[in-house]
This record gives sequence, structure tokens and C-alpha cells, in this order.
Amino acid sequence: MKRIEAIIQPHKLEDVKEALKAIGVDGMTITEVRGHGRQKGHKEVYRGMEYQVDLLPKVKIEMVVPDARLEEITSTLVSSARTGKIGDGKIFVYDVAEAIRIRNDDRGEAAL
Amino acid sequence: MENTFFPLLRLCVPRKSMRRENACASFLSFLSLWIPRILISLAALGSAFAQTANDVEKRLAELDKAAKSAQMAGDNAWMLTSAALVLMMTGPGLALFYSGLVRRKNVLGTMMHSFILMGLVTIIWAVIGYSLAFAEGTPFLGSLRYVFLKGVGADPNPDYGATIPHQTYMVYQLMFAIITPALISGAFAERMKFSAMLLFMTLWTLIVYFPMAHMVWGKGGFLNGALGGVFPAWDFAGGTVVHVTSGVSALICALYLGKRLGYPSESMRPHNLVLSVIGACLLWVGWFGFNAGSAVNAGPLATSAFVATHFATAAAALSWMFTEWTMAGKPSVLGAISGAVAGLVAITPASGFVKPMPAILIGIIAGVICYFMVSKVKQKFGYDDSLDVFGVHGVGGTTGAILTGIFATKEINDLRMGKPMGLVDGDPGQVLNQAVAVLVAWGLGIVGTFIILKICDALVGVRAKAEHETEGLDLSMHGEEGYNFEA
Repeated sequence: MKRIEAIIQPHKLEDVKEALKAIGVDGMTITEVRGHGRQKGHKEVYRGMEYQVDLLPKVKIEMVVPDARLEEITSTLVSSARTGKIGDGKIFVYDVAEAIRIRNDDRGEAAL
Repeated sequence: MENTFFPLLRLCVPRKSMRRENACASFLSFLSLWIPRILISLAALGSAFAQTANDVEKRLAELDKAAKSAQMAGDNAWMLTSAALVLMMTGPGLALFYSGLVRRKNVLGTMMHSFILMGLVTIIWAVIGYSLAFAEGTPFLGSLRYVFLKGVGADPNPDYGATIPHQTYMVYQLMFAIITPALISGAFAERMKFSAMLLFMTLWTLIVYFPMAHMVWGKGGFLNGALGGVFPAWDFAGGTVVHVTSGVSALICALYLGKRLGYPSESMRPHNLVLSVIGACLLWVGWFGFNAGSAVNAGPLATSAFVATHFATAAAALSWMFTEWTMAGKPSVLGAISGAVAGLVAITPASGFVKPMPAILIGIIAGVICYFMVSKVKQKFGYDDSLDVFGVHGVGGTTGAILTGIFATKEINDLRMGKPMGLVDGDPGQVLNQAVAVLVAWGLGIVGTFIILKICDALVGVRAKAEHETEGLDLSMHGEEGYNFEA
């Protein structure tokens, strides 16, 4: 099992969810985060005080998927989240030691 | 009647003929019948006239009373409404305006500064404040005549509002006493100990506000233009009493308490400007009670003050916005609402003395001056007046007070019975009187506040501990969090 962590532009979230749903993936956790890579921030001014705001709003999607579907899901993610501009985001893949369904104690890939 | 009467009279001259005697006798009996009847009718007519005259007198007296009663009802209704509007300016107007500008961890503490004063100042006012401010005493302070508000009832006090209950005037003025110290809280936001704030505000109302209010508005006050002041200054709704005193006191607080931890390098952006916009709008609407209510009646002067207030505010919001747009590149929302407040402050002393077009000019000037105070001058001197109380209220109030001396005119307010009111009328000396009032406010604010801060610091310590400030006053002072989105 692999955990996919995708940090994307907030306005691409709907496209990504639609694309994943179309290939039969609808279990995911979504968080609003702030961060930046090489994308520059912006300047805000309040009564003459200037603030350089580097922390930009992003959306993080986390999901755990079976090894067999990893390639299919990551390429769907990439194609639906891409705009071609700096700030599109990144995807990280991690190994998962165990998965347990709380309701009925299913284990491993059966729990996904 | 003449045809019968005179021939019959001739017949009464004694003659020998029996027929003539009979005619005379019948004429006399005719008279004896009709004269009483005529006399009685005349008497009845007379008394009817007398009764009608009494009726008319009574009706006139009743109409007079009804007209006076209608006027009193109209004036009292407006004054009570105005009192409510001014209270709304503090809560939630100022509470929202200020709290939106601070960091999230201090939102409740900042609102509490405004809110709790609604309680604290009310009690002080009721017990002794109104008396010290408005009872006749010395030119600098009232007396204990109205202590516990004795003697302040339904009957009007002719010095302060001949058509409204004295109690109405008292409660209206109370709302001013509440918002003035609340304004100061903007300068020490995010770092003042709550217990010290309560003590500070109690002393400040006693040492600074009540004397200043007495000097400008109290009978016999040193600066009272309407009631016998040595230096008659025009301050319609409190440019000096409310804004200059609080603004200057705020500066002293900011300097004494020192900068917030991390200022100016750490980001201290407003956490919720949405609250501030709502607060600013409530301030604008409430200010009609502040300024137009200062006419103390519902007549044309109230209208004039209402219009002048609105026009100056609109002009100032625009002038700050356009100035910022030119100087900084973008017209900020914070700038627009700050401009509006600056206009409201500047027109406060002038509202019942100036015409509408000069009101617009006053607004334009205030917007530009306060923009530069807040965006450039503060940065240059480096003091941390967190919410720009000095920049907007201190400087805006001073500007408005001086401009009042220029634009006050007898065409709007004829307090001097035909003599000129301000420079445009032909009395440039009035500007000097205004300057005296401003200087008194500055002096009282600076000296009084410094002494009070020293006392509070000695007794309880004014500045919050560093870890309390970092944690946020909501948690450290009040044990609460403003937003619990997980709940």
C-alpha cells in the first residue's frame, strides 16, 4: 500500500476530485494548508505597514492506495491538477505499514 | 318701536281726556312688561360673552400646553434615540472596528476593553461623574450637587436642554463618557493588563474626562462658548473633549507601555477586516446621534449637524482612499474606513456650526492629514500606537477643532446673537480660542495620563507579562478563545 500526498492549487481541487471519482477513487482526506516552493508571495499594505506574505494557500490531498493502482492514480492526479505555471504543487509517495478499517477490523488492502 | 313709543309718550302728557289716560296707562304697563324682559336678555347676553371669552382663554392655554408638550415629545424622542445611537458606537461599533484590526489571539480582549467600559463608566457616572462634569462649580470642575443623581429627574434643566427631562440629558452625556476612554484602548491593544486597564480607566475619567467635559460643556466652564466661558471655544459634539483628549492620552499610553513584542518586524496583520468594516459602518450611523444629537433638540440645528456630519465623512473616506491610491498604488479597504472615521472625528466639533460645503472641505482635509499621520509620520517616529488612536483621533480632532474656528458661522448657529462666530463670519480671533481649547486638551491628556499610568504601574503593573502577551490576551487575561471552529 502507498500513501499519496498531493499539494495542489486550491482552485484545482474540484477538477482533481472529479477525475479521481471517474476512475473509481473516492476515499481521501483534504486539508487546507499554507506553503510555497519557488512561487513568490505577495505584498499586503495596512495603513502604511508593508507585509511580504510568503505563505500561500494550498490544498493537501492524502490517500492510501493499493500498489497495483499507484501509477494510474498518480498520473490522473498530475493531469487534472496541472496548469503549467509555477505553484502547481507536488506529489509525494510513501510506503504504508498497515491499514485498518475501524468499523469492522478489516486489515491490509481490504481496508482501503 | 319708535313709531309706537314716541306717539305713546306724547299721549302720557297729562290731558283731560279719559281715552288719553287709558292709553298712557297701557303704555306704562307695556313698559313694565318689556323693560324687565329686555334687561334680563341683556344680562344673559352679557354673561354669554363673558363665558365665551373665558372659554377662548382656556382653549388657548390648553393649545399652548399641547404645543409645548408636542415639542418636548419630539425633542425627547430624538435625544433618547441619539443616546442609544452613541452607545451603539461603542458596542458593537468600536468593539468590532478595533478587534478586527488585532491578531486573532487578542480579538476577545480587545472587544472586552470597549464592552466593559459600558458597565464601568456607567456606574462611575451615576455615582459622581455627571455631577463633576455638569453641576455648576468652578470653571474647571463641577460640584457634588448631583451626586447619586439627586435632583436629576423629569424636569428639564434649562441650561442643558429646556425641552427635555434633565435625566435624558444626563444619560445622553453618559454615552459620550463611555466611548471616550474606549477609544484610548486602541493604543495599548494586545499588551495591557486587564486589571490595570480597569483602574486606569476609572482614574482617567475622573482626572481627565470630567474636568474637560466641564470646561467645554458645563455651566461656567472655562472654555464653554455657550454658557459663560473665559475662552469661549466652539466644540459642538466633543472634538476636544472626546477626540483630542483620548487621542493624546493614547499616545502617552503607547509611549509608556512600549512596543508590542516583535513590533515592527513580526507580521501583525489585521486578523479580520470584515469585522472592522462592519464596525466602521456602525460608527458612521451611530455618529448621527453623537453629532446631530448634540443639538439637544429635534429642530433644524440637528438636521444641519446631521448633514454636515454625513458630508464630511463621505468626503474624508474618498480623500484618504485617493491619497493612498496615489501614494501606495492600491486603494485599500482599511484606508477607506479609516478615512471615514477621520472625517467623523474632524467634523465632530464643527458639526453644529458649519455649512454643508465647508463640511466637505473639512472632510477632505482630515482624510489627507490623517493618512499621512498614520502611514508616514508614525513609521518615522517608530512608536507603536497599535490602532492609530493618536493619528486619527488626536490629530483629526485637533484639525477639526481649528477648522471649526475658521468655518463656524452665525448663519448656522447664532450663539452670539448676530455677532460673528468664526473666521468666515469675520472673527479670526475665534481660531485662537479654538487653539486654547486644543492646548488645554493636550495638556490635560498628557499630564493626566502620565500620572495615572505611574499610579497604575505602581499598584498593579500595566504591561502584560511577556508570556501572557505571546499567548494572547484572550487566553491569558480571560481564559477564552474567540474562534473555536473545531467545536
